[in-house]
Amino acid sequence: MDRLPILKMGDCLLVTVQVEMHDQLALTLQDDLTKRIVDTRARGVLIDISALEVVDSFIGRMLGNIAAMSRILDAQTVVVGMQPAVAITLVELGLSLPGIRTALNVDAGIALLRSSLDREANSSPTSQSHVDRT
Amino acid sequence: MSTEPEILPLRTGEDVVKVRQAVRSHAMSLGFSLVEQTKIVTAASELARNTLTHGRGGEARIERLFEESRRIGLRLTFEDHGPGIQDLELALKDGYTTGAGLGLGLNGARKLSHEFDIWSQVGVGTRVTIARWK
Repeated sequence: MDRLPILKMGDCLLVTVQVEMHDQLALTLQDDLTKRIVDTRARGVLIDISALEVVDSFIGRMLGNIAAMSRILDAQTVVVGMQPAVAITLVELGLSLPGIRTALNVDAGIALLRSSLDREANSSPTSQSHVDRT
Repeated sequence: MSTEPEILPLRTGEDVVKVRQAVRSHAMSLGFSLVEQTKIVTAASELARNTLTHGRGGEARIERLFEESRRIGLRLTFEDHGPGIQDLELALKDGYTTGAGLGLGLNGARKLSHEFDIWSQVGVGTRVTIARWK
């Protein structure tokens, strides 16, 4: 079965969508990612959609689901690299991707994840185990 | 005036991707801008998925339009012989869904098109036609 590769970089997972998304591929990614978050105890997820020429309501919903599921699993998601034409179309479609954090590119996305993970580690004494790992 | 339509089956998730690609290549060859291409491809994606999931499959028809008054455009027709839509007005509302989606598909496709027409009869099927001018 088709699936997208998920790379592990430190305590983050990176997915680069390089192929046309069909619905089953999106659903498989959702399942794979949640499993990998648990298996690797990842704290951040970065999804690079710079190669995606179409984001319709189904793919938009999948991105929202991944963000929500990873939040419940104590990880943060950032979607990066959306093409301008895709952003224009999404807004016109009525989909503003609430609950999804975005950044312009992978570098900016990693910086955003890093700073919010560090902030979280410093400000929450209860999650001592996370502080120990970094 | 329109040229001989291209007709594509909609039976699987991969067929939805093929329809997207075909619409993209027609829009590109007609000289649609990148944003215009993205809008009509996204609309096609929503309607193709509806045909597949709500209409239990059907077909997509792509027509290139050439008006004497110099307008150039694309007309897309999605037709199924599925259960039909009980309440069209309700189905066109943002956020209304009978499936697992966001309920943005049908009305989203309307927002992304210049012309929109829907015909549906319970027990007979549904036909949605959209057009977008360059």
